[in-house]
Amino acid sequence: MSVLDSTTTILSSGVRLTVPLAFAACGEYLAQRAGAMNISVEAMMLGAAFTSVATASATGSATAGLVVGVVTGLVLGFVHGNLSHRAQINTFVVGLVLNALVLGLTSYLITTQQFTSHQVGVLSIPLLQDIPLIGEPLFSGRWPAYLLILLVPLTWWLVTRSRWGLELRAVGENPQAADVAGIKVNARRRQALLWCGAMAGLGGAYLAVGEVGSFNQNMTAGRGYIVIAAVIFGAWRLGRTLIGCMVFGLSDAMRLALPALGVTLNPQLLVAAPYLLALIAMLLFASQHREPAALGRPFQRGST
Amino acid sequence: MSSVSLMNPDDLGRRFLARLRPGRDGWLTAGVTFALVIVALGASALLLTMNGASPSASLSAIWDGSLANSTGWTATLLNAAPLLLVAVGAAICASAGTFNIGQEGQVLIGGLFGAWVGLRLALPGPMMVVAVMAAAAVGGGLWAGLSALMYRFRGVNVVVSTLLMTFLAIQLVTFAVSSPWLQESAQGSSGIADAQSNPLPASALLADFGEYPSLLVNAGLFIALIAAAGAALVLSRSRWGFRVRMVGLNPLAAKHTGVRVSVLGGFTLALSGAFAGLAGGLLLASPVSPNRLQAGLSDNVGWDGLLVALVARNRPLIAIPVAFGFAVLRAGGDFLSATGVPYFLVDIVKALLVLAFVAPPVLVSLFRGRRGATPSTPSPQPVVPTKKMEAAA
Repeated sequence: MSVLDSTTTILSSGVRLTVPLAFAACGEYLAQRAGAMNISVEAMMLGAAFTSVATASATGSATAGLVVGVVTGLVLGFVHGNLSHRAQINTFVVGLVLNALVLGLTSYLITTQQFTSHQVGVLSIPLLQDIPLIGEPLFSGRWPAYLLILLVPLTWWLVTRSRWGLELRAVGENPQAADVAGIKVNARRRQALLWCGAMAGLGGAYLAVGEVGSFNQNMTAGRGYIVIAAVIFGAWRLGRTLIGCMVFGLSDAMRLALPALGVTLNPQLLVAAPYLLALIAMLLFASQHREPAALGRPFQRGST
Repeated sequence: MSSVSLMNPDDLGRRFLARLRPGRDGWLTAGVTFALVIVALGASALLLTMNGASPSASLSAIWDGSLANSTGWTATLLNAAPLLLVAVGAAICASAGTFNIGQEGQVLIGGLFGAWVGLRLALPGPMMVVAVMAAAAVGGGLWAGLSALMYRFRGVNVVVSTLLMTFLAIQLVTFAVSSPWLQESAQGSSGIADAQSNPLPASALLADFGEYPSLLVNAGLFIALIAAAGAALVLSRSRWGFRVRMVGLNPLAAKHTGVRVSVLGGFTLALSGAFAGLAGGLLLASPVSPNRLQAGLSDNVGWDGLLVALVARNRPLIAIPVAFGFAVLRAGGDFLSATGVPYFLVDIVKALLVLAFVAPPVLVSLFRGRRGATPSTPSPQPVVPTKKMEAAA
């Protein structure tokens, strides 16, 4: 295998591992800008991965699985939103419990059910896919991957250009002031979590019916936490968050590919890289107030 | 400048913890909790039935594996001790208003330090096991202490940093057990090392009381019980415990009475890590594990111990029966998986039960709030707005 070929292989694998992260990161980015520190993004991805495979197996249509995956994410976002931004249960507790619940539930169901394998189709862009080195990785993917071309600008526009996004950011920075200005703080956060659920669901479903074609126990394997790390690494800016996803996706691809190429590099260091980089980023950014000021703080009128 | 917002421990943690204190609606909360527990168990039974398993058979399997005979009791008590230690640590740092969710990693690092000392040092007699336990506690304490330092000097959110540090700890331990550091024998053999350390020498293990077929009680249980009783006593009766609770309830008032809020908050965080690390030492040196360091040593004990503290509402003495209950589920779950029902069922039941215990106080206060009555939880007036804190300095 030539160097060019193996580079293309690693890049392809890196892109495939980046896309689910990128979908979920769009959602998590928006939720964190609204001040909702959503650690149940792992549950959203895992739950969506499971239901998408189950639906695809039942209906024979991977696309239906994708849709049901998005719905699963929405449902989990709804549950999380109502528990932590209506009933005001601590958002980290809700996240931990939801993650444990979905992990247990999907692990239990996968041992008792059998699913047939379905996968969405590959969409190759003519001409562009023939570009050496980057043609195959970027222009010959499963078709839902191209949704990113729409959804990333949409997320950016929603957060930075729409009135709704302005209110979201106000809620994330200063909920008291937003409340006084007549913005329903907790309603905005619940809406942000719905968006996060839909996007994380799409990411999880893409992983399952897009790339793998089947479900295995704990198949997201902490990707939700990597998404959180990416948002922190990106200092709560969408572009840098996506760069973070790319770095983490590529490091994952390297970890898988390096043994085959005969390179001995410490795999644990590559697995740990996202968390390490996120911690370093936090050490650098925390004192610069890059994070939404009310990130992770519950809002209750009259209590602060 | 951020230096002052660093003075008070995590605001969001304290807000949440204020909600967990028992309110005036004790009976109503208890009733709602009971109803939700029934719902949680009913949902689990429904899930079992839908998948063709028998809920009653599963329940009796959990019973057989945990409480029906002395073997079951042995397994349950072995599981209970580390859970209790983790929960006591979580309760201490929660009393100071800091929310640590990285116990899983702290348990692992405790195991790593304990294994390193156990395999590298050769001390006479009982000194050995003491050294292993001390090293485990120091390891967990240092790991949590890193989060405390990051908060103190850079303002990094404690909840997020302890969470991220957990994943680092998992990789660190995976690396350590696959490297020759902890394996004298692996160096000469084939290139592929086992992903576990050498077994600890017998002198480094905690003593067992009792014979195998009958009830066997490990010394770790006494360590955990003493820790729980000691923590309860210190928190409720000592001057230091009073300061800790004052910081948890109202850091600004605590600061004005001369308490060094940031130092105390950071210290309780490190202390909770030390308890989690000690739990890792217990796992390593008691028969619940193969007495080798493995990446799976913690086996969710950190997460479960945190859930124990949540259910016990951060009271160390209440954590004793709750840890026992969780240990019943863990020991019973192992037995259950042998009967063909996946162990994961226990994880589902645990998650639902935690929701059933965490939700009611909040639901009750929400219900009261809607009706326009006074809120049942003491109003969170202790919470100091960060902006005001910043302006004040």
